[in-house]
Amino acid sequence: MWTWFYKLASPPYVYGVAAALMPWFLGFAAIAIGYGLIGGLVFAPPDYQQGDAFRIIYVHVPSAWMSEFVYTTMAVAGAIALIWRIKVGFAVAGASAPIGASFTLLALVTGSMWGKPMWGTYWAWDPRLTSELILLFLYVGVMSLRSAFEDPARGDRAAALLAIVGAVNIPIIHYSVVWWNSLHQAATVAKLGKPSIEGSMLWPLLSMFVGFMLFHGAVLCLRLQGEVLNRERQSAWVREAINS
Amino acid sequence: MSVGAWEAFFLVILREMRLSFRRPEQLLQPLVFFLIVTTLFPLGLNLQLSLLRDMAPGVLWVAALLSSLLSLDSLFKGDADDGTLEQLTLSGQSLTVIVAAKTVAHWLVTGIALVVVSPVVGTALGIPTSAFATMMLSLALGTLTLSWLGAIGAGLTIGVRRGNVLLSLIVLPLAMPLLIFGAGATDRAMSGTSVAGALYFLAALCVFTCTLAPFAATAALRITVE
Amino acid sequence: MNSSFWYMGGYARYVWPCVAFACAVLVWNFWSAQRYLAAAKRRAARGLAMAASEAR
Repeated sequence: MWTWFYKLASPPYVYGVAAALMPWFLGFAAIAIGYGLIGGLVFAPPDYQQGDAFRIIYVHVPSAWMSEFVYTTMAVAGAIALIWRIKVGFAVAGASAPIGASFTLLALVTGSMWGKPMWGTYWAWDPRLTSELILLFLYVGVMSLRSAFEDPARGDRAAALLAIVGAVNIPIIHYSVVWWNSLHQAATVAKLGKPSIEGSMLWPLLSMFVGFMLFHGAVLCLRLQGEVLNRERQSAWVREAINS
Repeated sequence: MSVGAWEAFFLVILREMRLSFRRPEQLLQPLVFFLIVTTLFPLGLNLQLSLLRDMAPGVLWVAALLSSLLSLDSLFKGDADDGTLEQLTLSGQSLTVIVAAKTVAHWLVTGIALVVVSPVVGTALGIPTSAFATMMLSLALGTLTLSWLGAIGAGLTIGVRRGNVLLSLIVLPLAMPLLIFGAGATDRAMSGTSVAGALYFLAALCVFTCTLAPFAATAALRITVE
Repeated sequence: MNSSFWYMGGYARYVWPCVAFACAVLVWNFWSAQRYLAAAKRRAARGLAMAASEAR
């Protein structure tokens, strides 16, 4: 168990594993996303309440889930790196931030595109969308803090600490936004998601989840290689890695 | 000579207070900023007192958050630049005690001042006198929590050029629950409904940050200084 | 594909931009990650070349 842990902490090992895994992740992601899109857009029946507009959930819900999953990954990787002084953790955290931010943006845009036909407006200060927006701000803060330092090692550690503080705050922010919304929103707003799900609707959605996770894995592998290389420029193994 | 942690805590607070009262313009500037921002809103909207009164808690709270952020930028900067922070840590006291003392001193100087002038602003914005107690209590709890969050942000942005913009970018998203519950409590006090829920939540946030933020801010300083 | 599929029960102007934006985000992610890795490799190679010329 611990030897495996130590192996994962070694940059050349991580570099090799990431390079080897990337094509597999990408291939399976293409299959899963392809099936999910075709199944969701073509074969799933329209929802009895929302009609064909519900098909937006096939891209919205997976990206919203990914935005939170990637933030958690980033905070956990940062915590591991800070506590056990494992540099690869910083590389994972640094590679995660832009991916997570882009998924958050996707969730926001698709959420508001769904809101227009359902609420009659692009932005209704729905609690989930508002939390998602604040999550985007948190991502931007972490990314700006990382790049603000001249010494990259310092930026890594500062960004990791901020990611942890943000992770502790995310549930608080979410519940306070829900409370605020229940106080101020008199009109009943239809909630996104949760249409009466039946098999032909559900399977493509699950497939999109899996596909987004795998795609995230592929992009993370690519970025992680870059982050590791940037941190290990002086090491001997880099020569072999580049020439191969 | 060794002093206990509590004694060191109060000594640092005293020192901070003495330093800030020596330069009263630094004390007054955030307050004047607070007044200016709250003046901007009525000027920017058309002057309907009922509309203004509906917006008053939000305006008051946004202005309070911004003005208390202004002074957070310099929370550790001066002491980090001239080496005082190093001397304090060399004194054998844990850095956490010093960080906590500096943060509490910051709140005593800026947060309490905001609480004191808030009735003036509240009157101008049309908040009824009956809501003042809730408004001031929520502001006191909220600014203390913000000082803690800001201490983490200030610690993280010490070595950064133009760190004050970054500080706001980092701290404001974390401060949104404060805005929601603080303005919410004032709002409910104005409409005469129960304020207990919102105030309890603010108090809970305050206790939560008081216990965890000192350690986070210390860790932040360890990263950016040294 | 028949036209009723593209019509999306009247919601075409909401559904299709969402799908297009999702595809754009996925493509951007992959493209930018590849560019990032390529830049890191170039920089590392340059560093190695400089180290080699200094050693000589």
